[in-house]
Amino acid sequence: MATKTFQYIQSSIVPLSVENIDTDQIIPARFLKATTRDGFGDNLFRDWRYDANNQPKVDFVLNDPTYSGKILVAGKNFGCGSSREHAAWAISDAGFDVVVSSFFADIFKGNALNNGLLPVQVSDTFLKSIFDEVYKNPKTELEVDLEKQTITILATGQQEKFEINAYKKACLINGYDDIDYILSQKEQIEVFEKARN
Amino acid sequence: MGKTLFDKIWDAHVVSSKEGFPDMLYIDTHFIHEVTSPQAFDGLRKRGIPVFRPKQTVATADHNVPTINQHLPIKEELSRYQVDMLTKNCKEFGVELYGLGHPFQGIVHVIGPELGITLPGKTIVCGDSHTSTHGAFGTIAFGIGTSQVEQVLATQCLLQSRPKRMKIEVNGKLKKGVTAKDIILYIISKISAAGGTGYFVEYAGDTIRSLSMEGRMTICNMSIEMGARGGLIAPDETTLNYIKGREFAPKGEAWNKALAYWKTLYSDEDAIFDKVLKFDAADIEPMITYGTNPGMGIGITQKIPAIANIVPNEQLSYKKALDYMGLEENTLLMDKPIDYVFIGSCTNSRIEDLRQVAEFVKGKQKANNVTVWIVPGSKQVQQQAIREGLDKIFEAAGFALREPGCSACLGMNEDKIPAGKYCVSTSNRNFEGRQGPNSRTFLASPLTAAAAAVTGRVTDVRELLAEPELV
Ligand code: SF4
Repeated sequence: MATKTFQYIQSSIVPLSVENIDTDQIIPARFLKATTRDGFGDNLFRDWRYDANNQPKVDFVLNDPTYSGKILVAGKNFGCGSSREHAAWAISDAGFDVVVSSFFADIFKGNALNNGLLPVQVSDTFLKSIFDEVYKNPKTELEVDLEKQTITILATGQQEKFEINAYKKACLINGYDDIDYILSQKEQIEVFEKARN
Repeated sequence: MGKTLFDKIWDAHVVSSKEGFPDMLYIDTHFIHEVTSPQAFDGLRKRGIPVFRPKQTVATADHNVPTINQHLPIKEELSRYQVDMLTKNCKEFGVELYGLGHPFQGIVHVIGPELGITLPGKTIVCGDSHTSTHGAFGTIAFGIGTSQVEQVLATQCLLQSRPKRMKIEVNGKLKKGVTAKDIILYIISKISAAGGTGYFVEYAGDTIRSLSMEGRMTICNMSIEMGARGGLIAPDETTLNYIKGREFAPKGEAWNKALAYWKTLYSDEDAIFDKVLKFDAADIEPMITYGTNPGMGIGITQKIPAIANIVPNEQLSYKKALDYMGLEENTLLMDKPIDYVFIGSCTNSRIEDLRQVAEFVKGKQKANNVTVWIVPGSKQVQQQAIREGLDKIFEAAGFALREPGCSACLGMNEDKIPAGKYCVSTSNRNFEGRQGPNSRTFLASPLTAAAAAVTGRVTDVRELLAEPELV
């Protein structure tokens, strides 16, 4: 089954300069009761976005009209904690195509890639440059080119290469799906099972 | 060159590997629960395919279940729907389910080992990050996302890149009042909540060897809290004694055959790890966390670190964490009044944990200001506790033994810590709102939690321990 594809994006950004953002913040457990993949965006960062009376907290960046865009930029060790794929669904559902951080938790990274959400890992200094620029000028744009594996701060021309597994890159660009790939090798699985018994 | 234990197991499960591609890894056992599986079953329906090897998947309901009156229908509609959906999916796809009311029901990471399903040398996955728990048996076990749950249901395989290997050695004798939970909280406080990212950890050293299977599970359980993919411990006599005779453990000839394989499961002398860390058991005191990630822990007699001692670009987040917790830098956590004590979760809800707590609270009373929840990890743990009369001891101390489930570990079911309240918890995560919106969590061992239940404040359990040493 085809999944969402990703190749290139140029967009303004939403900065969230907090380290160790865990998946309980991205989507709190009490919102995991849905049995479909849709609608999680409404509760993205729920407890940072809304107070106990469900009123938006004005000082949280997602409620601040100054910042918008399809790229979320966050502090180190983004997505740590639970394996809930709902975190990746919520970020996608809220309109983001890319998350940039200087470090990602493993399971989150895998979940994002399986859902057409591109995690871009940059150096600490590059991350700092992005935050510096966007706080100077909220309209700061980033360009992310998956084919070339580059991320660029357009205003300054600063650029970095990022890593991605070659297979995962091909999946994202073409919308391939892991299951189709493995199913195409079903015979091998059966051979493996027989050999072990 | 020798091989690490991790590589021995991994290599034995590679169906195919190709340059530039992740390995295709065969999965022996797949556990599922109600929260991360419905979308995966939906995926199968959309593709029009069955579960490939239904006998290798085992289901239970744990995250979303109440822990009192489990015989009654679940009150909350969405929770009930999710649990019902699991029942329906398991029936439709032919998967064994240990649902509510079943004598094997419980937290997925508690029931796998206690039923003898978790065995050395296996690959085990589950849509749950604490799958790392099963590594205590010398197993490659790790958490996966829902797309991968679908992958395993559809193919019994996963595409996975091989992680790096780390060895963490702990040697020496543990001090009085120091338990497995303190060891792992100590390690995470030293290497941070991201210190293990990209690695699979093998725990070794004579301190680790001296631990019971329950203790080893506590350690492996929290591997994910340092960012590691998982953690494992080579099987030994302790492992075999634990497994022997369990419900689904191999018997007779099958046992002998399994034993021959398990004996090969250790890291060779000359095996190379990408990273090796060593700790001295004598340096560890009872631990407690003060912040909003499990790396923010201190010895119970120490002060909360000063902001000035934190790396500059993390000071803001650090300050935010202390504000959330309502705590001040440079102060002691000791004697801080608390409101709740939660003894449970896949980290510390096994029979040994409950025995230890019962032994400690016997003849003592809970403090008036504290609500205490003791939640067994499984129906079997609950029954065993009742057989041993532990429930009576808890009752006499002023708290009840509840029914099995994840409970207040994650603020998803009915058991939530109210906003602003402090909870000393034996679970594994102190994230903001983890135990309920705006709740505040201090992670600690069952002994430290029991001490807090008795005094109503953060307490150094060593002051209340009778000689000779309890642990
Ligand atoms: S007890 Fe807590 S950590 Fe363990 S499986 Fe349940 S929710 Fe996850």
